[in-house]
Amino acid sequence: MRGRASTRRAPLLTVYAALVFVFIYLPVVVLILYSFNRDGVGGFPPRHLTLDWYRQLFADAQIWDAVVNSLIVAAGSVALSLILGLLAALSLDLATFPGKALFRRLVLLPLILPGIITGLSLLMFAVFAGAQLSLLTVFLGHGTALISVATTELFAGLQKLDRAQEEASLDLGATPWQTFWRVTLPNLKLSLFAAGLLIFTLSMDEIAITFFLIGRDNTLPLEIWGRLRRGITPEINAVSTLIFAVSVALIVIWYRVRTRGLGTEAQELLERP
Amino acid sequence: MYSRGYKTLVSLPPLFWVGLFLLLPYALMLAHSFWAVRDGVLVRQWNLDNYVTLFSKPVYVGVLLRTMRIATSVTLCSLLLGYPLAYYLSFHAGARKELLYQLVIVPLWVSYLVRGYAWKTILGSKGVLNGFLQYLHLTQEPVAFLLYSPFAVVLMLTHIYTPFVVLPIYATLEHIPRPLVEASEDLGAGSAQTFLRVILPLSIPGLLAGATFAFVLSLGDFLAPLLVGGASGTMIANVVQSLFGAAYDWPLGAAISVGILMITISLLFLSERLEKRWSFK
Repeated sequence: MRGRASTRRAPLLTVYAALVFVFIYLPVVVLILYSFNRDGVGGFPPRHLTLDWYRQLFADAQIWDAVVNSLIVAAGSVALSLILGLLAALSLDLATFPGKALFRRLVLLPLILPGIITGLSLLMFAVFAGAQLSLLTVFLGHGTALISVATTELFAGLQKLDRAQEEASLDLGATPWQTFWRVTLPNLKLSLFAAGLLIFTLSMDEIAITFFLIGRDNTLPLEIWGRLRRGITPEINAVSTLIFAVSVALIVIWYRVRTRGLGTEAQELLERP
Repeated sequence: MYSRGYKTLVSLPPLFWVGLFLLLPYALMLAHSFWAVRDGVLVRQWNLDNYVTLFSKPVYVGVLLRTMRIATSVTLCSLLLGYPLAYYLSFHAGARKELLYQLVIVPLWVSYLVRGYAWKTILGSKGVLNGFLQYLHLTQEPVAFLLYSPFAVVLMLTHIYTPFVVLPIYATLEHIPRPLVEASEDLGAGSAQTFLRVILPLSIPGLLAGATFAFVLSLGDFLAPLLVGGASGTMIANVVQSLFGAAYDWPLGAAISVGILMITISLLFLSERLEKRWSFK
């Protein structure tokens, strides 16, 4: 027998893999670097490093209004999609009803459809229902689209649980309601926390659906989008750097929490987007 | 073990919500595609004119073909970058596997806008890449064709969707029983032969899933063309977006959206069938 396949050397492949990582990360590294460049977004090499763009950013009231709007929308979306996603996951797990397969596909659809389709459908619905476009429509759009993420995450969480506890609880005379509050929900705490983090990040970053549902008040990505049309400045690099840093931190925590105590095989199954 | 009442109680709210806020809006889009606009007013009169326009006007067909070309290029490029990376992670990464895997997951979920904007600053005529080329005296004048071209769109979308392609391929590679690979090598197959006749065929379901994601999501993208595509990089979703905006023809826009939706759903369906056929059990 030769050595295990996973430990053999393949220098060319290693170099290639490293280059792919460079391709994935270099653009963002460049973006971050130029947020400190006094002379603007382009040119090479970056000279005269400065924090001025960050100072300008922190004094920019419009950006911070947009940040607050985004936070409100994201917090609302987390609550809405977690509640409905949890119920949908329980329903997919326990119940059988006609059209269940269709229901499952429909819930997951926003995850695989291009954002413009979901965004425009919701726009037509808003107009049809006579609703004014505002942060409320954005919140309903995010909350609804992200039920898909909540459902997949929480359904996976349910599969990891030791279901005998629920059975025991029911057999010992607890009502389903008591069992839900005292057994199922506490056991899902970590999954709920992790799903909430992911949904929060996705809502804060969302642009394709928001684009069609936004009213007068901008979310942060839409505020940035509007400015890009007027020309780019390192201030946008600065705010992008902060968005990137916060997103990466949240996603890393999400990943760590979710994979805690899981075998690698279960992990892989979960990570198919 | 749970009572029927409990199951019903749990199922009703999400069923109701999804019916009202997803099914109804998608149905409304389908309905709009059979309506019309006359003198700037939406008329709810059922007809097929939008679909006739869609297939008879060369403009729309042309943009759709360009969109398909861009989406195909993105898919091929993402596979070309993503497959070897997934293969490396699964078979050669050793102790670094866990860390490197995380390095693929993280950008997958991190801001589309930030990553797209990065390319805009790199490719512009006064951008970082041009500055770099002039700094090395490789070019005297800024190279203008980098930004605002189909090339830029393909580059940006490949950058965004490569991690999407890596994950499902990696997952199928991890499921290949290692004794199979070792048996092939022990029986005298070289590593190229083992790859082509054992590993590659077994990883086809993941490859299909990754390719479908990349293709479908590129097909409906409208932000990359706006950011880095310019006029020559316009895609079908930009046509939809302008029909819903300044051009004000929602029914025609809805018809094109339904077209995108149909292509998307049939591709997902097809790839699901093929994945099943190729999957190793």
